[in-house]
Amino acid sequence: MSDFTHDGWSVYIAVITIVSILACLVLLFSLSSRRVAPGEQMGTTGHVWDEDLAEGNYPLPRWWMWLFVITVIFSVAYLALYPGLGSYAGRYGWSSTGQYQEEQVQAVAAYGPVLDKFLKQDIKTVAASPEARQMGQRLFLNYCAQCHGSDAGGSRGFPSLKDRDWLYGGEPEAIRASIMEGRNGTMPPMGAAVGGDDDVRDVMHYVFRLSGRAFDGIRATRGKAKFDSVCAACHTEKGTGNTQIGAPNLVDDIWLHGASDASIMESITKGRKGAMPAHKGFLDDGKVHLLTAYVYGLSQ
Amino acid sequence: MARAAPLKVIAAGEGSDVESSLYEVRKKIYPRAVQGWFARWRIALVVATQLLFYGLPWLTWNARPAVLFDLAARKFYIFNIVFWPQDFIFLTGLLVISALSLFLFTAVGGRLFCGYACPQTVYTEIFMWIERKVEGDRAQHMKRDGESLNARKVGRKALKHGLWIAIGLWTGFTFVGYFTPVKILFDEVLTRTLGPWETFWILFYGFATYGNAGWMREQVCKYMCPYARFQSAMFDPDTLIITYDAQRGDPRGSRSKTADYKATGLGDCVDCGICVQVCPTGIDIRKGLQYECIGCAACVDSCNQVMDKMGYPRGLIRYSTENALKRGLTPRQLVKRVFRPRVLVYMALLSVIVCTLLATLYLRTPLKVDVIRDRAALMRETRDGKVENVYRLQIMNTDERLHNYVIKASGLQGLQVVPAGPVAIAGATTQSIAVTLQVDPAGIKPGSHNIMFHIEDKEQPSIRADEKSRFFVK
Repeated sequence: MSDFTHDGWSVYIAVITIVSILACLVLLFSLSSRRVAPGEQMGTTGHVWDEDLAEGNYPLPRWWMWLFVITVIFSVAYLALYPGLGSYAGRYGWSSTGQYQEEQVQAVAAYGPVLDKFLKQDIKTVAASPEARQMGQRLFLNYCAQCHGSDAGGSRGFPSLKDRDWLYGGEPEAIRASIMEGRNGTMPPMGAAVGGDDDVRDVMHYVFRLSGRAFDGIRATRGKAKFDSVCAACHTEKGTGNTQIGAPNLVDDIWLHGASDASIMESITKGRKGAMPAHKGFLDDGKVHLLTAYVYGLSQ
Repeated sequence: MARAAPLKVIAAGEGSDVESSLYEVRKKIYPRAVQGWFARWRIALVVATQLLFYGLPWLTWNARPAVLFDLAARKFYIFNIVFWPQDFIFLTGLLVISALSLFLFTAVGGRLFCGYACPQTVYTEIFMWIERKVEGDRAQHMKRDGESLNARKVGRKALKHGLWIAIGLWTGFTFVGYFTPVKILFDEVLTRTLGPWETFWILFYGFATYGNAGWMREQVCKYMCPYARFQSAMFDPDTLIITYDAQRGDPRGSRSKTADYKATGLGDCVDCGICVQVCPTGIDIRKGLQYECIGCAACVDSCNQVMDKMGYPRGLIRYSTENALKRGLTPRQLVKRVFRPRVLVYMALLSVIVCTLLATLYLRTPLKVDVIRDRAALMRETRDGKVENVYRLQIMNTDERLHNYVIKASGLQGLQVVPAGPVAIAGATTQSIAVTLQVDPAGIKPGSHNIMFHIEDKEQPSIRADEKSRFFVK
């Protein structure tokens, strides 16, 4: 009853409630009989329509009156047990928040053992269990599919989780860390460091060579020098990337931000940003464990 | 309704003012036992409906209860069919059929349901049978109730109520047995591990049975049931009702069996009052059609017995219609009048809906599919230049065994489904399948395209579902 600034309002409401209930009882009993004048006939209102359609006025059955009394008893019991009388909380101390918490406890008690069973197993065992995979899929569809897609195939800017190419490592611990802590991937804008458009194109052709795509030999040779001095710091000289900082592997022909010339040129010139939100404190350990196993199992 | 029953006069003040209660205390009715053709029909229907009600939950089908309304899992099992929430239309159809049947049967035969099959009648009949076994028939029961309190009276009452409560509880138990597998429920009762809601509903339904069939009886029909009040909207002068043939019976009067009563001006009614004594709602059918009459025909059976004893023809009280009484129709004319426009319209509507429902039920495939398109990304390109769209297929296998479904798609040239292999869905389960569609965008105009998913059983292609969706091409 936080809306009431003064206790007086609570008393005011309670008094109105109690008086109304008592008034109902008084009304019920005072109207349960009436005086009949000499010669007066009950059982009819005296109204007749269409020659013989008469309006009767018959007494209610006695048990009907007790139904009214029962509603009064019910309301008194209700007000004693549950909140309703002013700010009185009722004997049971029921509240919607309390019920919600109780249901939470029940849910944990019901699903806890199922999750605990898998929590005790290592990720590879869980990933192999069909039951865990089904549960994991349901969790994935709920929490991950919005960005990574229902088939976990990702889309532009959101990595595919089934292609064995891992920005931050595909070992169970790395996947778990990605889910729990989230990731912030940044490729800085390298346009200035590389040079003009032509230099960027050179670097691109070198990257094409690394990834096994068709490339221009002269440009690639020119690009290698730039690559070694500018890009290799993160992507390594071989171009295999660095899972410690989320630098993508450039030799596998997988293009997170688009495979076209224009997209790759843009990635080099303007840089890229990617963010995976942290799920710690939002998903409990059991669910994260199942999700880790599911994601791990996708590319096995 | 041509002849309205005269209004009852409840009380008339005499002399000075009197304080009169506006509530009526129930007058206990002691219906006399009846034998006869209609009574046998009622017994047959009591036995049939109760065998069905008490027996059905115990039947087993496919290693599960044959009839089970699993509210928690939202699956209704009725023999070989499993109804899912998506099948709600069948319940609607069933309710429409029930309503129309009620209209039809009421128009033709009056309150047939009330008199023979209504649970209130059926349980009252069972309870009255027990009552007569324990406390005796009408006269004996009334005499015993008049006695002052003594040990034998208390014993009889205790036995009667004990039996009533036992039947009530068994009824409540059976009722809950339609929602919880009855064998599990039985074990729970024996081991006292019933859940709170199961306990509540067994007691509630048991109490309702005991209270309604033991104590309330005709009060339910007179004051609680809406049917008594709106029956007049469904009756017409050609509706079969239980009638007293006043032309033949009046003036009433007792007479010697040998005397020529016709000479003394008396009608066939010997005014024995047995028709009133047998009436479960305590009315006098000779006053004409009344809303309290539940059409049980107890008065017909009892009057026929009296007529037999007197050597008069049967049928002073009989099933007839208002028109038949007024115009003296023969039975043949009476039957002919059954097929009047109102009845024919009800019949036509009823048969159309019944046939539609049965056909739908027969054609119902045990497979339902919802297609949910991934919304975050409209499309994606593969390394080899193809365009992909991702969908989530919610496949519901409403059959009780495993099915392998093949997923196909049509609507665009060269549309391919990944994964291509069939998916196995266990019996009576729902599974989400992520499906990727691929197409080579060459020659396809950018934008949205209508496509169709075809999901069909690998072994039985007749089990199939077609769902439409959209495919985006850049």
